[in-house]
Amino acid sequence: MAFAYTPGLRVAAVADIVKTRRLPLKGQVLVNRGDSVQADDIVAKTELPGNVKMLNIANILGMPAQDIHELLAVKEGDPIEEKGVIAQSRGLFGRFFKNTVRSPVTGVFESFNDITGQAVLREPPIPVQIDAYVNGVVDEVLPEEGVLIRTRCTFVQGIFGIGGEVRGELKVVVDSPDREVSPDMITPDCAGKVLVGGSYISNATLRKAVAVGVKAVVVGGFDDKDLKDLLGYDLGVAITGHEKKGITLILTEGFGRMTMARGTFDLLRSRQGMKASVNGATQIRAGVMRPEVVIPLSGDEVALKDGGRQAGAMDIGSFVRCIRAPYFGRLGKVASLPPELRVVDSEARVRVLEVEFEDGSRVVVPRANVELIEK
Amino acid sequence: MAAREIKSILATDCGSTTTKSILIEWRDGRYRLIRRGEAPTTVEAPAEDVTKGVLNAVGEIEDLEGRQFLNDEKDGILVTEDGRGVDMYCSTSSAGGGLQMTVAGVVKSMTGESAQRAALGAGAIVMDVVASNDGRLSHEKVSDIRRLRPDMILLSGGIDGGTIDHVVELAEVIRAADPKPRFGVGYKLPVIYAGNVNARTAVAEELEGTAELKIVDNLRPVLERENLGPARDTIHELFMEHVMAQAPGYAKLMEWTGLHEDGVWRNVPIMPTPGAVGKLIETVAEQLDIRVMGVDIGGATTDVFSVFDSEGRPVFNRTVSANLGMSYSVSNVLASAGMDNVMRWVPFHMDEADLRNRIRNKMIRPTTIPQELEELIVEQAIAREALRLALVQHRELAVGLKGVAQERTIGDAFDQSASGATLVDMMALDLLIGSGGVLSHSPRRSQTAHMLIDSFLPEGVTMLAVDSIFMMPHLGVLSEVHPQAATEVFDNDCLIKLGHCVAPSGPVKKGGVLASLKLTMPDGSVRTEDIHSGEMKLVPLGPGEKVAAEIAPAKGLDVGEGPGRVWTGTLEGGVVGLILDGRGRRPFNLPEDDGERVEMLQKWSSALDTYPERFLSLKGDR
Repeated sequence: MAFAYTPGLRVAAVADIVKTRRLPLKGQVLVNRGDSVQADDIVAKTELPGNVKMLNIANILGMPAQDIHELLAVKEGDPIEEKGVIAQSRGLFGRFFKNTVRSPVTGVFESFNDITGQAVLREPPIPVQIDAYVNGVVDEVLPEEGVLIRTRCTFVQGIFGIGGEVRGELKVVVDSPDREVSPDMITPDCAGKVLVGGSYISNATLRKAVAVGVKAVVVGGFDDKDLKDLLGYDLGVAITGHEKKGITLILTEGFGRMTMARGTFDLLRSRQGMKASVNGATQIRAGVMRPEVVIPLSGDEVALKDGGRQAGAMDIGSFVRCIRAPYFGRLGKVASLPPELRVVDSEARVRVLEVEFEDGSRVVVPRANVELIEK
Repeated sequence: MAAREIKSILATDCGSTTTKSILIEWRDGRYRLIRRGEAPTTVEAPAEDVTKGVLNAVGEIEDLEGRQFLNDEKDGILVTEDGRGVDMYCSTSSAGGGLQMTVAGVVKSMTGESAQRAALGAGAIVMDVVASNDGRLSHEKVSDIRRLRPDMILLSGGIDGGTIDHVVELAEVIRAADPKPRFGVGYKLPVIYAGNVNARTAVAEELEGTAELKIVDNLRPVLERENLGPARDTIHELFMEHVMAQAPGYAKLMEWTGLHEDGVWRNVPIMPTPGAVGKLIETVAEQLDIRVMGVDIGGATTDVFSVFDSEGRPVFNRTVSANLGMSYSVSNVLASAGMDNVMRWVPFHMDEADLRNRIRNKMIRPTTIPQELEELIVEQAIAREALRLALVQHRELAVGLKGVAQERTIGDAFDQSASGATLVDMMALDLLIGSGGVLSHSPRRSQTAHMLIDSFLPEGVTMLAVDSIFMMPHLGVLSEVHPQAATEVFDNDCLIKLGHCVAPSGPVKKGGVLASLKLTMPDGSVRTEDIHSGEMKLVPLGPGEKVAAEIAPAKGLDVGEGPGRVWTGTLEGGVVGLILDGRGRRPFNLPEDDGERVEMLQKWSSALDTYPERFLSLKGDR
């Protein structure tokens, strides 16, 4: 085998990417194929079924379920008002001591079951709108479901993030990728922006960023104990994106103090001042999702430079990042791909590769412990 | 091609982290494992197609074997009748998060629990058990079903001729929730109804238009009998039709698995990995008539399987700990067990913040492996806790009325639900099998034995074994289509015996002798060994070597025959040897003093030759 397969994160100066904007339920698509859209434009909308209240009318009236139907004041599908009458017993002589069942919600009387005596009341639907998220062109319409938006952009995937989709102007606050973001770098003019840091941000600095109104922080590393403090709980499984912490945080390298890859840092710095769409949502499980920074590039003048290299193919000369101790975070090139299994320090016999670091030194690491970096 | 003519078989298991391939061939009159290969599973971007990982894993076998197993276009497996490629290809899968189900029953501890067992037995992760008496209000149940987005719902409830109202109420909750499956917007959620026959029509009316309803036999037709088979089979069927077909690349993979029979292509269904492993463990227990436990620790989940007696009959149980694993779920092990419990197994000091970051980095890059010894030791410490917690969960579910066609009287049924005693009996356990990356691929087999003993704490006399290269899933699915090949490879190549472990159980006094062994060695010589309190010892005894043994426990201690009673039988060695464990059971405690704890851990590791000697000088902090 001439190459090895390895997962990698994408860092591309110019790339064509397609973002799927899909409704959680079927609904209405508001744009057409070929339309140009801005990130804030609403492209599709729908209504989620309202919350359900279940009401056992038979129990409330103290009567057999099969006798309730004729006592209902409403039919299935009728609108109902909070405190409106939905059933009433006949009472004594048809006039006295009538028991009345009133609706606890406004909505629709959805159904009644003659066996259980239970009514299902549904609150009004909840409107849901989906925006375009990135500036681009509608590439495809998924009828009643959503759209695919194509954008030519600078695209940087992170390894882990929290917080959902935000947008803001890119501002680099450190002068080199190995610098930590310190509280004094968080100035009032950072409000509404996407900040790019270097190797690390502490929880205290991150809290200051939230207070100032920063939209997102993109940084090399963050401590897990700080993540626990920030979230208020120990994250068990990496499914994120729904956190409401007032900020989106994206780690490009991992946990701890991790110098941001030079290529990533330089690329983001070259896009300073441009608008970025950022999403911290991470799912390291079924349908893996990594956090991302998307910086749409204006006009067609930007030529696509993204090479046609096969995704995931690693060859001699490929750029890689070590992703496990003892070389965690170090960058280099694949120097050789020996086919035979080798014994490493832990005594495990594994497939390895030889990495040549930027300083010319060479080490042997398990193939599983590197990831590809696109250059 | 008839089964006996099959000479060459490829099997893959698409795990959540790694796709493993094996090549089995007919050599010298029996089926043997010839090669194995592996590659990262590719449900993740950029590939987002599980077949890429399969092709890479099979490609590795091609490289090593120097023969063609992929088709000329390199985009499929070469399965032919003319001797090229292989004669058959089959696969299991747990990638894509496996099969995630919600189950429902009227009484949580009765039909609810039966439904849970049916789903678990089929290889599912049970995310929620909805029951009429589960303490939630209806709207809470509705929102829980919506939030969890199961792949499938199993609805049971009511014995035949019993309650209808409660079952229909559960159907109402499902209809109100109108849950949407995880994969694919357009299709309806599969719901299996396996409850009271008299409620079928009402349930069908209730769910019409909302769900893809399948009606099967009641899984609890009478109070004292479970009938889990039909529900289990339907779960498998729907798993293939609905869930797998929607996951990235599976539609293609499902077409690849099969063989040619007399010129006609016969498809072999993909099995959920845990379903395949469970089938194999059940078969082993039945064939050898022994009590067996198996544990399969994966990247995302840990499965525990057991066959123990209940009222004189062997009963199979399986549980899955959905969020205990060594890669995707590794942080959850830390969150569930607590830092102190993980750290207690590490024989050197480590800074907590550093350890947290290391574990978290493993979670976000789940396919990495420990290169350094220190990292390996930490990973194996975490594995001990994942295994321990998985066993705790298994004990809790393996209780009471279990298994298929178990007859009880009504009186017994009430008695059992009141006691809820676990069927798991570590003293009765004959064989403990470990499987999954961290156990199957540990650099030394003694590490596997040590992890199994520390986490499961077997009592009395127990054989420890390991799935040599993690191929129980492959053999499980193979046993469905070619039992002979599966059995022969299991016996010859899969199961590696590590050796018997002898562990006296009962209150232990510090410094005393817990048991004395008289061993008649293979050469006829007699050897005596004492098991001292707080000690572990390894007696050299190789694979297949057996000794006649008498074990005399100290007063109040038990090695299988009751407190203070002498055990007589045969002890067998293995690739590790005969392990004597004097650390006590019920309770088993590690020293509280940090220095003493580290000293003991080092002593035990040295006794079992668990790590190379240089581990004694590891400091942890860098």
